[in-house]
Amino acid sequence: MTSTIVVNVKKKRITELLAGGKRTDGRGVNDYREIQIESGVIERAEGSARVRLGKTEIIVGVKIGTGTPFPDTPDTGVLTVNAELVPLASPSFEPGPPGEDAVELARVVDRGIRESKAIDLEKLCVESGKLVFVVFVDVYVLNHDGNLIDASAMAALAALVNTKMFKYTVEEGEIVKKPGYTPLPMLDYPIAVTFAKIGNKLILDTGLDEEQVMDARLTITMNKDGNICAIQKGGGSGYFTREEISEATKIAVEKTAELRKVVVKS
Amino acid sequence: MKANKKKPKKEGEKMTSKKSEKLIDKKGIRLDGRKVDELRPVKMEVGVLPNADGSAYLEQGRNKILVGVYGPKEAHPRHIAQQDRAVIQCRYHMAPFSVDERKSPAPSRRDIELSKVIREALEPAVFLEYYPRTSIQVYIEILQADGGTRCAGITTAALALADAGIPMRDLVVACAAGKAGGKIALDLMDTEDKVGEADVPVAFMPNLNAVTLLQMDGNLSVDEFNTAVDMAIGGCKKLYEIQKEALKSKYVSEGVKEE
Repeated sequence: MTSTIVVNVKKKRITELLAGGKRTDGRGVNDYREIQIESGVIERAEGSARVRLGKTEIIVGVKIGTGTPFPDTPDTGVLTVNAELVPLASPSFEPGPPGEDAVELARVVDRGIRESKAIDLEKLCVESGKLVFVVFVDVYVLNHDGNLIDASAMAALAALVNTKMFKYTVEEGEIVKKPGYTPLPMLDYPIAVTFAKIGNKLILDTGLDEEQVMDARLTITMNKDGNICAIQKGGGSGYFTREEISEATKIAVEKTAELRKVVVKS
Repeated sequence: MKANKKKPKKEGEKMTSKKSEKLIDKKGIRLDGRKVDELRPVKMEVGVLPNADGSAYLEQGRNKILVGVYGPKEAHPRHIAQQDRAVIQCRYHMAPFSVDERKSPAPSRRDIELSKVIREALEPAVFLEYYPRTSIQVYIEILQADGGTRCAGITTAALALADAGIPMRDLVVACAAGKAGGKIALDLMDTEDKVGEADVPVAFMPNLNAVTLLQMDGNLSVDEFNTAVDMAIGGCKKLYEIQKEALKSKYVSEGVKEE
């Protein structure tokens, strides 16, 4: 999309600025762009949220369906996360089945929710081994201006918190809806923070320009106790030193706690 | 993880944590007799495929992994070519017979993700800028899986890249540590990974102090995580010695005679 020369010029400029602790848009290295969260934006979905992180915009819709549980976990509901890099979101996105970037995005968001045990999936079992609820989390990227992972994870969490389950009874193995709703049973609130390495600096919440020139990225997802529940390194042909990883984890402890307050109260 | 209803049991994917107290006994001995900081028996061999430009075979516990490297060659399809460097095309693939329940040979979402992170783990090691507009193909076949296949795949792929004569800054070597039975342990095998509390795969270039792959799933405190990363790096350093020996045994002793 962008020529190598332009990227190299950008990289030089961004690296020079970072050496003085500055970013192109004036933010500090660990500052997030403005976060706007609206919940319940899609009435037809059981849960939904729109997150704007600067100009990055994501909608997550949660639908609840039914299905059979996996044979190795007969008593737990099923979580499935999918991500679509919708072509209207960026000139670099194309229609078609999810590519590796979309698959990675979905799996990183999935891992955060799953490994933190955010949803009490055991409460979503209707009949052991036969019938459980399936929580479909669909991440829809509407405008790509960098840091899709953090924005998607926030939107997914906000949408899950917003999700309402219909009340039901079970009659002869069938689910019969009753009037009224209950919230989706939640046990944890995972937050992802993604560090980008540019030169020898680590920065948070990359804009698209920064993302195009980064050497590598590292996503750390933490649960409400400040434990790590998922990590993903990716995003380019660079690497992290052992010391950089420790530094990132330390910053992540504080940053995830701070962001959680913003997302969960919304 | 998937919407499909028949989920074959795959390594690295778990729905819930099960009881894990029996994985390590009171003396700190694991199910297969190892200590917590001990690797599984490892065997590596270089130059095992006549047609490939470079190849390697590795056994680590019951993992059996074969890697073939082709290139640098003309990039195909052409639009993937980069003007200033080579691209690596990496395919991580599990043989249908590699796991208990037959795995469909079609790439799963897990395979797509792993192919991507393995590629990104190898890229920092290769002097890609020496071969602009070309492609280096890395084909990783998991013939038998027993946990930690992404790491074993990286270790094998680095050997195959070296065997292909592709200039590298360092070998890449990978090893996982995790938490099983309440303790941080090195090189988790399948059962420990599935039943255990966390898994931290790490790829490392020892001479550059460079971590080129880092993932985690599970639940670890920051301290536990740091212990696991250090333990994994320790495992990487041991495997690195075996990697070098494997290359030497082809290129130092026999190799000279054959050429």
